[in-house]
Amino acid sequence: MASITMNNLVKKYDDGFPAVNDVSIDIADGEFLILVGPSGCGKSTLLRMVVGLEDITSGDLLIDGNRVNEKEPRQRNLSMVFQNYALYPFLTVYENIAFPLRLAKGKFSDDEIDKKVRNAAELLDLNDHLERKPGNLSGGQRQRVAMGRAIVRDADAFLFDEPLSNLDAKLRGQMRTEIAQLQRRLGITSLYVTHDQTEAMTLGDRVAVLKKGRLQQIASPRELYEQPANLFVAGFIGAPSMNFLPARRDGNTFHTPIGDIPVPEHAQGRLDSAGELLILGVRPEHFADARDVQDTPWAAKGATFEAELTHTEWLGNQQYGYVRYEQDQDIKAKLDELAKDLDADEMPAQVVVELDASSRIRGGSNANLWVNTRKMHVFDPETGLNLTRDEEAGAELTREANEERKAEIERLQRHES
Amino acid sequence: MSTKQKLGWAIAIVVVLIWSLFPVVSILANSLKPASEFAGGGGSFLPQTYTWENYQMIFTGGARDLFLPALRNSIGITLIATAVAVVLATLCAYAIARLDFPGKRIILITALAVSMFPVVSIVTPLFNVWRQIGLYDTWLGLILPYLSLTLPISIWTLAAFFQQIPWDLERAAQVDGATSFQAFRKVIVPLAAPGVFTTAIIAFFIAWNDFVFGIGLTSTSAARPVPAALAFFTGASQFEDPAGAISAAAIIVTIPVIILVLAFQRQIVAGLTQGAVKG
Repeated sequence: MASITMNNLVKKYDDGFPAVNDVSIDIADGEFLILVGPSGCGKSTLLRMVVGLEDITSGDLLIDGNRVNEKEPRQRNLSMVFQNYALYPFLTVYENIAFPLRLAKGKFSDDEIDKKVRNAAELLDLNDHLERKPGNLSGGQRQRVAMGRAIVRDADAFLFDEPLSNLDAKLRGQMRTEIAQLQRRLGITSLYVTHDQTEAMTLGDRVAVLKKGRLQQIASPRELYEQPANLFVAGFIGAPSMNFLPARRDGNTFHTPIGDIPVPEHAQGRLDSAGELLILGVRPEHFADARDVQDTPWAAKGATFEAELTHTEWLGNQQYGYVRYEQDQDIKAKLDELAKDLDADEMPAQVVVELDASSRIRGGSNANLWVNTRKMHVFDPETGLNLTRDEEAGAELTREANEERKAEIERLQRHES
Repeated sequence: MSTKQKLGWAIAIVVVLIWSLFPVVSILANSLKPASEFAGGGGSFLPQTYTWENYQMIFTGGARDLFLPALRNSIGITLIATAVAVVLATLCAYAIARLDFPGKRIILITALAVSMFPVVSIVTPLFNVWRQIGLYDTWLGLILPYLSLTLPISIWTLAAFFQQIPWDLERAAQVDGATSFQAFRKVIVPLAAPGVFTTAIIAFFIAWNDFVFGIGLTSTSAARPVPAALAFFTGASQFEDPAGAISAAAIIVTIPVIILVLAFQRQIVAGLTQGAVKG
C-alpha cells in the first residue's frame, strides 16, 4: 500500500529526444490510474521509470513520500506485469509464482511460500495448472500466471504494461473485468499502461492522457469524456470518436459545411478571445433523427439541419449515419495534424451521427437531423484548447468518481469479511 | 513433398553420407588389418583377416607408453581449456549482449582478429617464450594457446545467443527482487544452457583436434596430446608400417567426440524459450 508521486519527471535519451516531458502525477493510495495515449507517447517509458528499469533524467519520484530516483528496481517493492508476460519458461507455473518469494532469502519458510502461492493460484483460478510449464498454457492462462507472480508478493503497488494487448478481443474483455475486480478486492495502488481507450475508460479511477511525452489531461473517465481539455483528448477518448467540424462564427451563428448552427448558451462570451474560425466538437450520440425528437422537450435544446447521408450502418441496437462535407482548407492542415497525433493518416471530411435503430433514414437520402448543441464543444484551432470546458462540472465528475470508488472498495471488503 | 523431391533428397543424403563417412570407414578398416597387409602399398580396402592386434598394441603392447599418457593429456588439457573458455566467454558475451560500455566493438573486433592469425605463425614465437618462462612441455603451456583459439569463437557464438533471449525476462527478475547477478544466474544461465552446450562442444573439438600446438610446444609424454603422439608411432619393427596402430588410435580418439555429440544432442533443443513470451 502506497501512494506514488511524480514531480516534473523528464526522460531524455542520448540524442536529446524527450520521451517523457515534465509529467507530474499524484496517485493516491489504493487508486487505479491509467496511462493512455497513442503509440510513442511515452506512457511505457514513464511506467518503466516508476518501476526503475529506466533512468530518470530529472524530476522526483516519490513512493509514500520517499524519493526513490536512485533505487534499484528490487528496492522499490513494486510488482509488474509485462506486455509479453515475461514468464520463466524453464520453471513450472508454481515456481514462476514462487520466484519473487524464493528471492527474498530467509524471509519465508517453504510452508509460507506454499501457502501464498496456493492462495494466489486460487484467486486466479490456476490450481489445475501449477505443475505445467508456461509454454503449454494458453494466452489467458499465461496472463494469469504473470498476475499471480505480481500479487503473491506484498508489493506496494502493481504496474501493468499493456497486459491485455496480446489477447483476443473476447478474452481481453474477460481479463479486463478480472483485473478490475482483483484490484478493488486487494485495494492496492495500480498504474496501468494501455493504448486502448476502452480499457482506460472501464478500469481507471482516473486516466492520464499523454501525447508526445506531455500530460494532456488527468481526470476521471467521465470528465475526460464530457469535459475534455483540448482537441487531442476529445479525439482520443470515445469510439466512434468525436466529430470535428470547421465553423466560422458570425455573431450568434456558426456557419458550418453541414448548415448553420446557433451558438449555444454555454459558449457565449467564451469565444471572443479566439478568431472567427473555430472547430466544433460533437459526439455521434448527440445527433438524432429530427423526427424522433420533434415532439419532445429535447427539440428546444438543439438545432435542426438538413443533410444528405452517404450511407448508414445498422448494428441492431443502434444505427450510424455518415454525412460527407466539403473540408474547409484553412482547417484541414490542423485536423490532419490532429489525425496524425491520433495515429491516423488524415481526418475524413465526414460526420458520424448515431441514430435510433428504428430510424427510417437511409443512405443516399436527404434527412432532417437534430444536434444537441448543449453538449457541443468549441475548440480554438490555433491552441487546440477547449473554449467551452466547464472546469467545475468536470471536477465534480471526478469527485463523484472518487467517492464511488471508496464506496465500492468498502463494499467489497465488507463482502470479503 | 512429392515423390520426385523425396527421391532427390534421398540421393543427396546418401552422397553426403558416403562423402563424409568414407574416410572414417577406411580408417576403421585399416585399424582392423594385421601389419602384414600393409606391406607393399596398403593392400585392399577391407581387411583380408580381421584382427585386434593394433588395439592391443596401443593399449598393452609396444605403443602403450606413447599412447596412454597422450590420451590422458588430451582429455585433461581439452576439458580444462573448454571449461575455462566457456566460463570466460559466457561472462564476456553476456556483458557484450546486455551492457552498454565503451570499447564493446573493440573487444569483438579484437576477438575476431586474434582468431585470424594462422596457428603456424604463432607457434614458433610461443616456443621461444614458453622455453624462457618454463611453460614448455606443460599442460598450462597448451591450455593458454588453446584458449586463444576457443575464446573468440565462443564469445561470438554466445553473444549472438544471449541477444536472442528476451530482455524482459531479466527485467522481470529484477522487479521481482533479484540483483543483477541473481537475474543472470537464475534466469539467463538456464535459458542460455543450450547455447552454452553448443559453444562448449565447438570449443572442445577445436582443442581436441589441434596438432600444431601439440607438436610444437611439447617434447615428452608430460603434455603431448594424442594428435601429436600419433606422429611418433613406429611399427613393431623398423620395417613394419605403423599405419594399423595409427588407425586404431585415431578410432579411439574419435569415440569421445561421438559420445559428446550424442549426449548433448538433447540439450541443444531449439526453441527452449518458447512460452517465455507470446509465441
